Amino acid sequence: MARIELRGVGHSYAPPPARAGGGRGGPGGETKWAVHPLELVWRDGGAYALLGPSGCGKTTLLNVISGLLRPSAGRVLIDGTDVTAAPPEVRNIAQVFQFPVIYDTMTVAENLAFPLRNRGVPRAEIQARIADVASILELTPDLRRRASGLSADMRQRISLGRGLVRKDVAAILLDEPLTVIDPHVKWQLRRKLKEVHESLKPTLVYVTHDQVEALTLADQVVVMNEGRVVQVGTPQELFERPAHTFVGYFIGSPGMNLLACTLEGGAAIVDGQRVPIAEAIYARAERAVRDAEDGAQAGRAELRIGVRPELVRRVAEGGEASVRAEVVQVEELGRYRIATARLGAQIIKVRLSEEEPVAAGDALWLELPPRWTTIYVAGRAVAADGGE
Amino acid sequence: MEKPFNNRAWLLVVPVLVVVAFSAVIPLMTVVNYSVQDILGPDQHVFVGTEWFRKVLRDPELHGALKRQIVYSLAVLAIELPLGVGIALALPMRGRAASASLVVLALPLLVPWNVVGTIWQIFGRGDIGLLGVAVNRMGVHYNYTADAADAWLTVLAMDVWHWTPLVALLAYAGLRAIPEAFYQAARIDGASSWATFRFIQLPRLRGVLTIAVLLRFMDSFMIYTEPFVLTGGGPGNATTFLSQYLTRLAVGQFDLGPAAAFSLVYFLVVLLFSYVFYTAMTSAAGREAR
Repeated sequence: MARIELRGVGHSYAPPPARAGGGRGGPGGETKWAVHPLELVWRDGGAYALLGPSGCGKTTLLNVISGLLRPSAGRVLIDGTDVTAAPPEVRNIAQVFQFPVIYDTMTVAENLAFPLRNRGVPRAEIQARIADVASILELTPDLRRRASGLSADMRQRISLGRGLVRKDVAAILLDEPLTVIDPHVKWQLRRKLKEVHESLKPTLVYVTHDQVEALTLADQVVVMNEGRVVQVGTPQELFERPAHTFVGYFIGSPGMNLLACTLEGGAAIVDGQRVPIAEAIYARAERAVRDAEDGAQAGRAELRIGVRPELVRRVAEGGEASVRAEVVQVEELGRYRIATARLGAQIIKVRLSEEEPVAAGDALWLELPPRWTTIYVAGRAVAADGGE
Repeated sequence: MEKPFNNRAWLLVVPVLVVVAFSAVIPLMTVVNYSVQDILGPDQHVFVGTEWFRKVLRDPELHGALKRQIVYSLAVLAIELPLGVGIALALPMRGRAASASLVVLALPLLVPWNVVGTIWQIFGRGDIGLLGVAVNRMGVHYNYTADAADAWLTVLAMDVWHWTPLVALLAYAGLRAIPEAFYQAARIDGASSWATFRFIQLPRLRGVLTIAVLLRFMDSFMIYTEPFVLTGGGPGNATTFLSQYLTRLAVGQFDLGPAAAFSLVYFLVVLLFSYVFYTAMTSAAGREAR
């Protein structure tokens, strides 16, 4: 049970760039970060998901925590102790890999005993721990079997068991553990994992690119993209208040509507139609645009208005503060349907209940509730509640 | 649904049957034919049944050669396998050093058999050979042309020098095929390097090691050229192995009948040993797969 702190941790797989004369700032002269230096604190006993597309640095970050990888910058602290230079075997961290690793010349019980034997734990205690863990993971009937030719979910349970069996284990890191598991056993294993977390309360860090997994398992989700943490929040926060356009479209199915717009007279103008937005957001957005344009000579900051398809409201024709869109396509998804509509030259998606009549070619009058509508300046959300 | 039967399918197998017939069956049958005849002249031969078989099986010289052969092959396996695996483990896994060391390692494999014999013949000489002179200077009396044990050890050393690289290359390929996650898991589990070897590397090398055992066994069991060049089978009979004895019988004394009978026995012995090794190593894997 431990608190894990990452202080300015960053990692680059490329060797540090050669210090050639005047190299700074030139193209290729900068470090190519797999993970940009970042600050993160994982609370003791928390369940975290590390969510992001393939290649965004999730696994690198995980390997830095477990000690398989020494970060090129920053410090890793476990319960306040600096372990940056410590190898994995002394860190009391368990890690489960995407492809389950099983020692297949041993029995299931010997597999579970392996981490303890390597640490010289007395035999009687090993037996007791194996019995405990096996009953939690429902491996008891198979303990005497040889650990080869087993199903993928059983293999993954055994490798999870090798992590749980260590009493001193501070944190369990899981690197996309369910990708190789059949869909119908996936949810069982996910529930098992949740039970394990609730009963033993280890700090759990779960890497995944599957948003459903992340949102169901974790209390806190860390969203990563291109080596950077773009947002840390509860599943609800990520859904309702994405801090970055990336979070907006990566989370949710379909993702957030992000329409290019301009600002004018307290409203956003989307292809000639006015969308009223909250006053506080408008003020901040204007300021952010000014700051961005002053700061960078690059030109105008990109402005987008974001709203979830689930939170867009269909209103009566000509309704106040509504915009008109034309339905292009309707997808039936069982209990609800997703209408894809053209708003000027842009596309907006709306979730409608199955009772609502809608067909391609229909005109839709939509209201974007100011409460759920955010402006993104150069990809970043304008904070509605205080400091930038 | 019933499987369709069509006798024309046999036509598809005919090319293979013809090739195998000419490459294996017909030559083998010729040998079988010789083994049951006494050839007296170009057109004179008498059917003698199993007489030659009984003769060669009772031949004390052959017993000696067989015993030497078995001890030799087992010694080759006992040295080359652990040594080859050890070398493979010590080799760098990536980078320029990896390719360079592989090339250097493979050099002995490129040397023709009889040249290997010649190299060691000179290398081991007490008057001008590097090895011979060095060993004698250290105060150990070493002369492979006169001392049976020295001759024997030299032939063994020569084989180890020549063929350990093959085992090492096979083991190296096997090691390279182990996914990184296994090593990572082992580190997380706190495994010592011995435990990593015993429970991850060795089990995953079983496939290539089976091949290595079979190749090295069959090859060493049929060794001919190197001792022929180095010692000519001597001193006395110390390095006369089965194939040398056979050649002496067939070519030297022109005893075609006994030589043919002996060839068949030799063939069956190699087959039997290979079968035993193969079954032992794969059934160990099978037991674990259950």
